[in-house]
Parts: sequence; C-alpha cells; structure tokens
Amino acid sequence: MRLRLDAVQVRLGGAGVVDGVDLDVHPGELVGLLGPNGSGKSTLLRTVYRALRPDAGAVWLDGRDLWRTVGVREAARSTAAVPQEHGADFGFTVAETVHAGRTPHQGLLDRDTAAAAIVRAAIERVGLAGKAHRLTHTLSGGEKQRVLLARALAQQPRLLVLDEPTNHLDITAQLEQLRLIRKLRLTTLTALHDLNHAAAFCDRVYVLHAGRVAAAGPPGDVLTPDLLADIFRIRAHPGTNPLTGTPHLYLAPLEEEPS
Amino acid sequence: METKVATATTATRVQRRFRVLMTGSAGAVLGGTVLALGTGAVDVPVGDVVRILAAHLGGGRYGADLIGDDIVWQYRAPRALLAIVAGTGLSVAGTVLQAVVRNPLADPYVLGLASGASLGAVAVLTLGSAAVAGLSLPAAAFAGAAAALAAVLALGRRAGQLLPGRLLLAGVSIGYLASAVTSYLQLRAHPDRLAGVLFWLLGSLSGAQWSQLGIPAGCVLGGTLWLLTQARRLNALAFGDETATALGVDVARLRLRLLLVTALVTGTVIAEVGAIGFVGLLVPHLVRLLVGADHRRVLPLAALLGGGYLLLVDTAARTLARPVELPVGILTAVLGTPGLLWLLRRGDTDPAVR
Repeated sequence: MRLRLDAVQVRLGGAGVVDGVDLDVHPGELVGLLGPNGSGKSTLLRTVYRALRPDAGAVWLDGRDLWRTVGVREAARSTAAVPQEHGADFGFTVAETVHAGRTPHQGLLDRDTAAAAIVRAAIERVGLAGKAHRLTHTLSGGEKQRVLLARALAQQPRLLVLDEPTNHLDITAQLEQLRLIRKLRLTTLTALHDLNHAAAFCDRVYVLHAGRVAAAGPPGDVLTPDLLADIFRIRAHPGTNPLTGTPHLYLAPLEEEPS
Repeated sequence: METKVATATTATRVQRRFRVLMTGSAGAVLGGTVLALGTGAVDVPVGDVVRILAAHLGGGRYGADLIGDDIVWQYRAPRALLAIVAGTGLSVAGTVLQAVVRNPLADPYVLGLASGASLGAVAVLTLGSAAVAGLSLPAAAFAGAAAALAAVLALGRRAGQLLPGRLLLAGVSIGYLASAVTSYLQLRAHPDRLAGVLFWLLGSLSGAQWSQLGIPAGCVLGGTLWLLTQARRLNALAFGDETATALGVDVARLRLRLLLVTALVTGTVIAEVGAIGFVGLLVPHLVRLLVGADHRRVLPLAALLGGGYLLLVDTAARTLARPVELPVGILTAVLGTPGLLWLLRRGDTDPAVR
C-alpha cells in the first residue's frame, strides 16, 4: 500500500504540533520517523491510524483520502497500528489479545474458525507459538511488544504504523524486534528513537523538527553531522557497522569533551 | 507441532469450562428459583411450587392450595424474578463499565448513579413526594440517577471526547455532592423516618410486585442483549482508546452508547430495589477468574451468575433471621467477599483459575 501525507497540519491547544508535513511511503518500504521528543512524531502517526483528525492537509492511502472517504472500520482493515499505550490489564491471554486484531473484519454473527487460523499464524510469525495461552502480562517486555505486533498482523494490514516499537526493551529484544519488522516486508512507517537502529533497518527516514520535515531520504544521506548537531544538539561521526555493513553513527554530546 | 496441539487443547479447555459453567449456572438459576419460591415463613413443597407455576403459566391457579398459591405466585415469584433481573443488570453493567473506564475497581455506581438515585429516593422518604414534584419513590430515584449521569457526561467531556479519567473524577465528585445533600436531608428528617431511609439505602427487594417488574425487566433484558453484541468491541476498548480506534472502533460513539445503556439498566434497577452494593463489582471479577478476560465469555456468564447470586442472597436475607428481614445489601458483601478472596488466592497458585 502507498501512503502519502499532503501538507498535514495538527494544532493541539492552539500550538502547531505538526506544521505542514509532506511524507511518502512506497509499497514495501520501511520508513523511519526520527526527531527529538516533542517534534511531532506520535501526533503525525496518529493522523495515519485515524486517531487524530488533521486540522489541515490530507492523508492518502492508495489514492483515497483517509479522513474524507474512508470510515474508521474500513481504515482498520488495511492499516494496523501499535500505538504507545497501555490499557488496563484485565488478564487477556496472548491468543485473546491477538484475536482483537480481527475486530474490523468480523461481523456480529461470524464464526471464529477462520479467525483462529489467522490468529495462530500471526502468533507463529512473531515466534510466540508456545505461549499462545499465557497471560500477556506475564511475558517479558520484548515478548509483549511482539504480541502487539502479532495483533497488528492479525488485521492482515497492507500498511503498518508503529510508534517506538523498541521502547523499554533490552538491546537483544530491540534488535530482534527490528529484525522481525524488517522481515515482514510490509509497507511500514515507524517512529524510532535510536538513530543507529534507523540507519541499520530503514530504507528511508524523515527527520522531524518542531513539527516540520527537516530532512528526508536514505539514512546514510540524511543523518549528517551538520543535521544532527542542528536538530539533536549532538556531535556525530559517520561510519560503517563492520558487522552488518550498514551506516553507523558515532555520537557524543555537543559541548563536553571526554575527560 | 507439539506446541500447536497443546495450545489447541488449552483453548478447548477454556471453551469447555465456559460451556459447563453456563449450563450449570442456568440450571442453578432455574432450580434455585423453584427452591426459593418454596422457602420462607411458610414452606411450600417443591412439587407444589412446580404445580403452582405450571397452573399460572397455563393461565389458571392451583386450586388444591390457594394460600400456597398466593404466597408463591403473588409474593415470592415477583420478588425472585426482581432479584434475578437486578443481579443480572448490576453484574452486566459493572462488567461493561470496568472496560469503559478501564478500571477494574469500577462498579455500576462509579458514575454517581447510586448517589443520585439515593438523593431522589431519600428526598421522597424524608420530605414527602410533594417536595419532588409528586414523583413516586422509584420515579424520583430514577430521576436522581439520570440527573447524576447527565452531570457526569457534561463534566467528563473534553473536546467532544469522553475520557475515562475525567469520567471517573466527575462521577466521584457528583457522588460526593449528592451524598452530602442526602446526609443533610437525613440529618433534618424526623427520626421515625430514618429506619426507612437506611433500609432503602442498603437495598431491598421486599416491595417486589408483578406490576413493577415490567420496566426493570425490559430494560435489563434489552440492555443485556445489546451489550452481548458489543463484546468484541469491549475487548478492543480494554486495550486503550488509540488501540481500539486502530482496530476500527469508533470509540467516542461506542463509549457514549455503552454509558447510556448501562445507565438505563442500572437506573431502572436502583429505582426499584435501591443501591444494592458489591454485586456489580464482585461478579465481574469472579467471572474473569473463572473464564478469563474475553467479554464474549464474561458477559453471558456474568448475566447468569449475577442473577443467580442475588437470588441466593435475597433468599438468605429473608430466611436467615426469620421473622426479621435483613437488608440484602449487607449480605451481598458478607457472603460475596469470602468467595472472591478465596478465588483470588487460588488464582495465584493454580494457573487453571486465572
């Protein structure tokens, strides 16, 4: 699926949080959304998974205007999202949590037979086959995040929207999560904190600053020392990760010299 | 492959347990009703109860024992039905509200409905019906609940959205306000009237009559049936508003509808029987411990168990301390707490009881 944002603007409480963003995600691409805290990443993503109506501009999914011609249920049949949100814990199992991904597809009287196969496949795809009937809250942070990814997969989406999918995970789980997302080969737009994760896993990145796109393109071209000094207030030295051959950034605070 | 087989078995086991519990509860409610109808100041044998019920369902009366017929059909049957209706309504409303505000401590009264209803009822009981525009006691109680809900919905709204945290805070605030006025009314009331006030506040089914059953029964039945159709969306809502939206749920509209329907169910029940506590908090948790969190299992079982539980408690309330009748609201907690605590403790150690 192709996603296009056209001059999207969001004002929350008078302040412009997203201030005219143009953005493209081509079919099959993994696109990272970078930027300091408060730069508007989550807000922008919310306009894509239909949780927040933009004040101006449009979100296009395969040429259809999401906010003017696509209903919330229909949108959820093609776009799945993993927001940064923690619901109350009522004690859902992994399978029950993932099953919720079928919500936009199932009618009132639909049987669960077909859904069960889709749910099982999604759970296997994220590597949790043996844990389908564990309570989700008893799993590790990395596993929980994979459960949410499986729920998104159960929606059988053509566009995946992720908000900081590696937040609060240890380094093993972070890399595993990103490798998994890469392997899905779905059209994906994801907010990321870690610049090196973005450099290693994304096809292209957008850097947001104060609600505007400061730069866009392949991570190796975009994440230059000048840009990082300007926007993140850090020093950077570009290099290559000898283990993977992907771009890698050596980072340090802007002013302090190492003692 | 092995894990696949194992997971399938677990799923089937939960499903099977759900079916067994549903069948068992339905049987228990039916059997319990017959037993409850025969139990009381005058005991009527089970066989006679069945014959009396059969006679009335056929449009006649049981001629062999007209006194027994009167006791069972005119007094105990409407009361037993009202107990089932109230227990079902409060349990279903409690389950739904816990998901709507995403707080496992929520009960049907969390939005101030009970305090509003109590204010209306106590106004009638202490000042007389003329003071509240001539409304009858149930009507005044319902009006109080409706007014409380309207205030909470107005206060809980921000930018056109009803937010769980704001709703809870608004509900608690309105509850305190209504309770304060209720206390003031009690303070000023003639001491003779206080016993009646206390009895109403603790909840009682003793005034049950066939003629008053229609409204609560209709609202609870209709409300429960509609809520059952929303079980999948309730699951989605439990994960959070953003997630539910991403799953295709129109959260603002769903939350408003759920609040209105649960308020209608709760309001019509409280108007008849008072604010019977604990059922709407206890039963949802009990049911989740038995069959897990999926509302497609929780709601139907809560409806059955809630009705059965209140029937049991009310029968105990009118027989335990014969000839004195205990307020049912005291017994719901006294009988329910040990059960809930036992299940909670068991749930820690036995993975089968989640």
